[in-house]
Amino acid sequence: MHQFAIEPLFGSDNWSIAGHNIAFTNSALWMALSFGLLMLFVSGGLKRQLVPGRWQMAVESLTGFVDNMLATNVGPNGKKYVPYVFSLFSFILFANYIGLVPLGLIGLHPYTFTSHFSATGVLSLMAFAIVLVVGFAKHKLHFFSLFVPHGTPLVMIPLIFVVELISFLVRPFSLGLRLFVAMMAGHVLLEVLSSFVITGGNAGAVTFAAAAVPSFILMIVICALEILVAGIQAYVFALLTCVYLNDAENLH
Amino acid sequence: MDMEAAKVLGAGFAAIGCGLAAIGVGVVFGNFLEGALRNPGAADGQQGRLFIGFAAAELLGLLSFVVAMILIFVVK
Repeated sequence: MHQFAIEPLFGSDNWSIAGHNIAFTNSALWMALSFGLLMLFVSGGLKRQLVPGRWQMAVESLTGFVDNMLATNVGPNGKKYVPYVFSLFSFILFANYIGLVPLGLIGLHPYTFTSHFSATGVLSLMAFAIVLVVGFAKHKLHFFSLFVPHGTPLVMIPLIFVVELISFLVRPFSLGLRLFVAMMAGHVLLEVLSSFVITGGNAGAVTFAAAAVPSFILMIVICALEILVAGIQAYVFALLTCVYLNDAENLH
Repeated sequence: MDMEAAKVLGAGFAAIGCGLAAIGVGVVFGNFLEGALRNPGAADGQQGRLFIGFAAAELLGLLSFVVAMILIFVVK
């Protein structure tokens, strides 16, 4: 489908470093756009007024939300991860939302880079790498006690160790997969419904009334659902990152 | 049955998993609401756990989507 196609922009097809193509794709463009909007949004709230205005209040409630999430999930040790989790959360949130903006009305093609596993996979691998680095730096080899919950009977230890190890190792995969599939499935659903509207509308008055109009109403409702899902998925990604960081910081 | 038909059928069967995940998500939110109405004061503090449960239930349904995609696009 065209909305998921990655293509080089601005004639950058042949840019390369050491044989690897580094063309500036539409994916990179929307990442930059998401980052730029985020910078714009946050920089509007950095005036440090004593009585915050509306903009500063919006920025402060977003940072306060992430701060609170880390405080409840990781505890006092989680304070140092606030910058990372805040960037992660708001980057994904902005990316999900700008991908839903109906720019097609003015002839542009919105693109959601979170609907590609290569983008979400890297984000989740970064979270996993931080967990490994922090866990081993802080607890040394004692970190392996994460795989044996406290109070496990001796005979169960080999089995529990394997199960816990597998559940630990699939984390980066499941974290990236969830965001990618949720965004991609939502966009595919909208595209299928819109194709119902268009082909049904072209097939005569009866099909228009019986298929196109109900599809259009359903599509409006699904759009509202997608806005909800875009927020929830960004929240879930950040929340699970916090939970994994909690494992690394405090073990069990 | 030829290969193409079997692939599409398999992908269709994989979609059953999405419905099962819907049951799981419904159970998560329904039970949360039930508990939250009994003790509304404690409800806000448990929202993180609510979404962890939701994420786990949802992921297993999304895996069925992945199975369907693999059957359609990857299997030759």
